[in-house]
Amino acid sequence: MLTNQTIQQKLTEKFGEVLTSWQEPYGMLTFTAPKELNLKVLQFLYDDAELNFTFLTDLQAVHYPDNKGAELAVVYHLHNWKDNIRIRFKVLTDIQNPDIFSATALFQSANFMERETFDFFGINFVGHPNLIRILNVDEMDYFPLRKEFPLEDQTRIDKDDEMFGR
Amino acid sequence: MNDHILLPEGSIEKQTTTLNLGPTHPATHGVFQNILELDGERIMKATSTVGYIHRAFEKIAERRALYQITPLTDRLNYCSTPINNMGWHLTCEKLLGVATPKRVDYLRVIIMELARISDHLICNSIVGVDSGAYSGFLYVMQFRELIYEIYEEVCGSRLTTNIGRIGGFERNFTNAAFEKLEKFLDDKTGYPAQLKEFENLFTRNRIFMERTIGCGPISGERAMNYGFTGPNLRAAGIDYDVRVHSPYSSYDDFEFTVPVGTTGDCYDRFLVRNEEMWQSLDIIKQAYQKVQEFKGAEAEVFHADVPAFYLPEKKDVYTKMEALIYHFKIIMGETEMPAGEVYNAVEGANGELGYYLISDGGRTPYRLHFRRPCFIYYQAYPELIKGGMLSDAVITMSSLNLIAGELDA
Repeated sequence: MLTNQTIQQKLTEKFGEVLTSWQEPYGMLTFTAPKELNLKVLQFLYDDAELNFTFLTDLQAVHYPDNKGAELAVVYHLHNWKDNIRIRFKVLTDIQNPDIFSATALFQSANFMERETFDFFGINFVGHPNLIRILNVDEMDYFPLRKEFPLEDQTRIDKDDEMFGR
Repeated sequence: MNDHILLPEGSIEKQTTTLNLGPTHPATHGVFQNILELDGERIMKATSTVGYIHRAFEKIAERRALYQITPLTDRLNYCSTPINNMGWHLTCEKLLGVATPKRVDYLRVIIMELARISDHLICNSIVGVDSGAYSGFLYVMQFRELIYEIYEEVCGSRLTTNIGRIGGFERNFTNAAFEKLEKFLDDKTGYPAQLKEFENLFTRNRIFMERTIGCGPISGERAMNYGFTGPNLRAAGIDYDVRVHSPYSSYDDFEFTVPVGTTGDCYDRFLVRNEEMWQSLDIIKQAYQKVQEFKGAEAEVFHADVPAFYLPEKKDVYTKMEALIYHFKIIMGETEMPAGEVYNAVEGANGELGYYLISDGGRTPYRLHFRRPCFIYYQAYPELIKGGMLSDAVITMSSLNLIAGELDA
């Protein structure tokens, strides 16, 4: 039976100390990989006979504006259906130069998910066959899920954010 | 295609036709645009465009307290809203570390399986409508109405249900709700009899079989690579079901089988959904029996004890200080949640419906992502219909059960 410890051990054996931030929030093994290695990690997790992470459950990004030099995190959720175990791994990238290798060659399902992530966060997936906006209008010139785009009109003065704002 | 016909270069017969199927075509049951390259009636190439009803739920959720996000989830798969609501409550409960009482779990299972039935019956009867058999749709539709009446008894609304709360339900099920459930489950006059009738009309119907067998097929391997989940994946022969793989809401207390197909074509998808409805009926019966076993004070339990997130009873708000404080804090979204990252998935009617919630310890999610099964498997649509006839594309779309709300979020 595959456990989180075994997965961590195998990955550390293969990639060494470059994989960091090992955590297990709510039981799901989570780690961070350097952005040049994202495809190598995915491929290793996919190919290894024991690991078998052949299903890409989810792919999206998170914006951490205070994390200078690594503002954007692309998060992969992978699932091993044989042993029924999920892992999550993150790739951090600079917002000025958000280039990340595309996983479309490995997972067809990454196609729309990467387009969505590009659409909302502006992450440039290198090698994607058709990286254009998917849910927003083509003319949009910003990336709406980044934190600098406030949801509400910031010029409003009738709301006291100190008391009730979020 | 027409290589045997000798025509001069560039003459019109050798060219393909470009056809816009959608965005608002009556046969697509939603806003989908597909630009098709047709050779006669055969599809050479399809390009799909999505995003016509995108409503930025993920952004909106970043400014909302947890309880205010439930109505947003209603609008994902609007054919089976309670599953979305329950999935969201389960995600919040996982983040907050709330354990729900068994009775709540069973009541939730009843509602979720009713929702699954209402979703599958729509999908399957619409496959019938699109292949030219309208009557099956009319047979089952009255029972969707009955399901909606049950929702109405429980939460007061029908389509966008906003059912349940973090920790349980807003009120206990009334007797009228259980009576309607019994009416629904009745073997002679209820849904089982009608579903039997529906199957008699379709399953071995020569015309229907000719129309759907081999239409829009996909292999298990391709389906997995394309991120299929739910009935569409199971029709391709892979028995992945979140209810079995990672049971939530006490699904492990029930006996049921997971039907699988072989070829992943429209006919297999139809059969898998039909069988799932039978299994859902079975689960509801078991859950209802378990619910009836609770007696006395236990039969009054309909929520867990989470005062910081579950609204107190209104009469207490007027008479008790503590209740008033919690009421105010919840309504104003003042209760803070623990920091953490949660991914929680439920088996939606279309597949694995996942919620990825990142909390930084504030009052609202730092980031919320919906893993919508429709959005992910819709990518395979051009491949499924390529080389088929135009009319096959229409029934392939309805048998995939594409829901525009879930596609665009």
